[in-house]
Amino acid sequence: MERAESQSSPQADRLAPLRGLLRAMIVPVISVVVALAIGAVIISVSGANPLVAYRALFEGGLGSARAIGRTFEKATPLIFGGLAVSLAFKCGLFNIGAQGQLLLGAVFAAFIGFSLQGLPAMAHIPLALLVGAIMGALWAAIAGTLKAFTGAHEVITTIMLNFVAFNLTDWLADGPWKDRSPGNIVARTPAVAPEARLPDIAGVPLGMILAVLMAIAVWWLIWRTTIGFELRTVGQNASAAKYAGISVRRMTVLAMVASGFLAGLGGAIETLGVVGRFQPGFNAGLGFQAITIALLARTHPIAVVPASLLIGVMQAGASRMQFNSGVASEIVDVIQAIILFFVAAESLIRWVLRLRAEEGERVTLSSGWGS
Amino acid sequence: MQITGSIARPSAARIPWVTVGVWGGLLLLVLIAYARAPQATTAVLTSTIRQSTPIILGALAGIMCERSGVINIGIEGMMLLSAFLGFLFNVWTGDLFLATVGALLVGAAVGAFHALMSITLKVDQIIAGTVINILAVGLTGYFYQQGLTTRGKFSPVSIPVLADIPIIGPVFFSNPPITYASLILIVVIHVLLFRTAWGLRTRAVGEHPAAADTVGVAVNRVRYINVIVGGMLAGLAGAFLTLESVGSFERNMTNGRGFVSLAVMIFGKWTPFGAWGGSLLFGFANAMQSQIQFLKNQLPSWLAWIGDLPPQFIGMLPYVLTIAVLAGFVGRARPPAAIGKVYEKE
Repeated sequence: MERAESQSSPQADRLAPLRGLLRAMIVPVISVVVALAIGAVIISVSGANPLVAYRALFEGGLGSARAIGRTFEKATPLIFGGLAVSLAFKCGLFNIGAQGQLLLGAVFAAFIGFSLQGLPAMAHIPLALLVGAIMGALWAAIAGTLKAFTGAHEVITTIMLNFVAFNLTDWLADGPWKDRSPGNIVARTPAVAPEARLPDIAGVPLGMILAVLMAIAVWWLIWRTTIGFELRTVGQNASAAKYAGISVRRMTVLAMVASGFLAGLGGAIETLGVVGRFQPGFNAGLGFQAITIALLARTHPIAVVPASLLIGVMQAGASRMQFNSGVASEIVDVIQAIILFFVAAESLIRWVLRLRAEEGERVTLSSGWGS
Repeated sequence: MQITGSIARPSAARIPWVTVGVWGGLLLLVLIAYARAPQATTAVLTSTIRQSTPIILGALAGIMCERSGVINIGIEGMMLLSAFLGFLFNVWTGDLFLATVGALLVGAAVGAFHALMSITLKVDQIIAGTVINILAVGLTGYFYQQGLTTRGKFSPVSIPVLADIPIIGPVFFSNPPITYASLILIVVIHVLLFRTAWGLRTRAVGEHPAAADTVGVAVNRVRYINVIVGGMLAGLAGAFLTLESVGSFERNMTNGRGFVSLAVMIFGKWTPFGAWGGSLLFGFANAMQSQIQFLKNQLPSWLAWIGDLPPQFIGMLPYVLTIAVLAGFVGRARPPAAIGKVYEKE
């Protein structure tokens, strides 16, 4: 096995981390480019001009200050979802339940937001965010505990919990927490108190800033703490971890709790920062987008941020594209799925480009139904 | 030793007394309910069979794939794509039978795509299924045009004489074609899996591919065939949704049925009849949900509170039930040993 490093000069060695980064980026970048190209073919087949469509797409996501604001708005929950899925992956868990955890976080943040009045923003905002995050964590803890103690696979239980969460939050917003103000007939909670709304800091939404900080925090947790080390060990090889004295059950529950905490926080931020209240059916599809993002970022917490911004641009521009070129906004979903395909089928890209797979670069993901 | 044992014998060799007890109890309940309210009971049971049809078809698709060692979490997407294209075929041709064949072919094609990803390209199998699910939502959403009107759907075919038997007749012998097909397929796949050489090869490949390889079984070919056939079964489930149950296509109309199928498959310990039991349970919960409005007045007074539950609680019942079943009844069910792993020759 010859390695590239062995042939390189000392001067080039200083650039090694950079080259490593480039090498790690090549598959995601190619995946995005190829997915956009295939998307263009699909747009042409359905009788529209892909160049016009893509121009509108990127103008709608990047073309003005308002467009960038929309992109931040869309990217924020994606960062939290992507972090949630990435963190679970690190422990060998596949959390498809970010959707449900987000809903729980959102509805409880809304509840704290509208039920408490007159609290100063300095207390109201952190309290609402924390309650939302904890509810998301508890919701994910159900799946984590079931996996750890009964072996029920998290892929199925988190999906089932998504449906339960959907019904539960729908009931809350249509029943006990319904907006009873005259004239309202739809299922939604009252608007949150103005003190609970997230402010902009230096023109950037607070939610976006928190998302970036969280990405750094998750990176630190995974790579710089003992818990992170144990988490990764369980993810790499659960039986080896067991022999090393790590409690696999504890780590499974912990990883799901942390994952749900992130997703719940994302939901809370969406509620307090963007929507201003809870409405059923919001952010549908986030759970699956989060998977795309986690894989596009190769489950690296910091890389989740640019990956989310990219998808966020597409989502922010989708409606402008539909308006300008008549291309249905669902093409963005199709492009995302193709991105996911190429990122996942990285052996295909490596084979086409005659790239060598790097040792230790492989991202370990799920490993069957067995425990 | 353990391996030979589990390959050679069907898992249903011992009499499962718990299962017999549960189903016996349910049968008794049905008879009591029928004596008190014959019409409502028949309606609920008929609805149970209809609601369980896509679930059992999806579960059979899962069994086909997983018995050969390939996880298929993309059943949801396979169902959705074939439901959509099956519906379009019906709009174009106006022929329900041709449309069903079309849906089957779509299922086979998506199955082949899943096999390509998870066998040849060595994509993580759960990710491969997720690709299919996201792709299905995106593609059907993108190409869906409102205003496509239905050209009808399969209507029930009553089997003479048998259809006149009380309870059993209307429930089992007065169904539309795909529902009949699903009932027959349960038996067919059970026989194929446990009584034929092909079934033996499938299970061998799913349990111990290296051993199967040494005795000359083409591991990846068996897997390809199984995943494609599984795709066709999921395709039939999709056809059921648009061509037999609803008559038109709606966005995301699968509504998690593909995932429930997987849960039901695990519940049934990867056996067709076990999965059927699970899907009936799910179908029953769904039937209660859709019939509860009509049943309200017929409930005895001590059960009247059920009629007053918010619809969302009845809506979450099947999913809670699935979780409970996965956690409690099944516990650590043992999946085929080689599941999720790419087979590479030494």
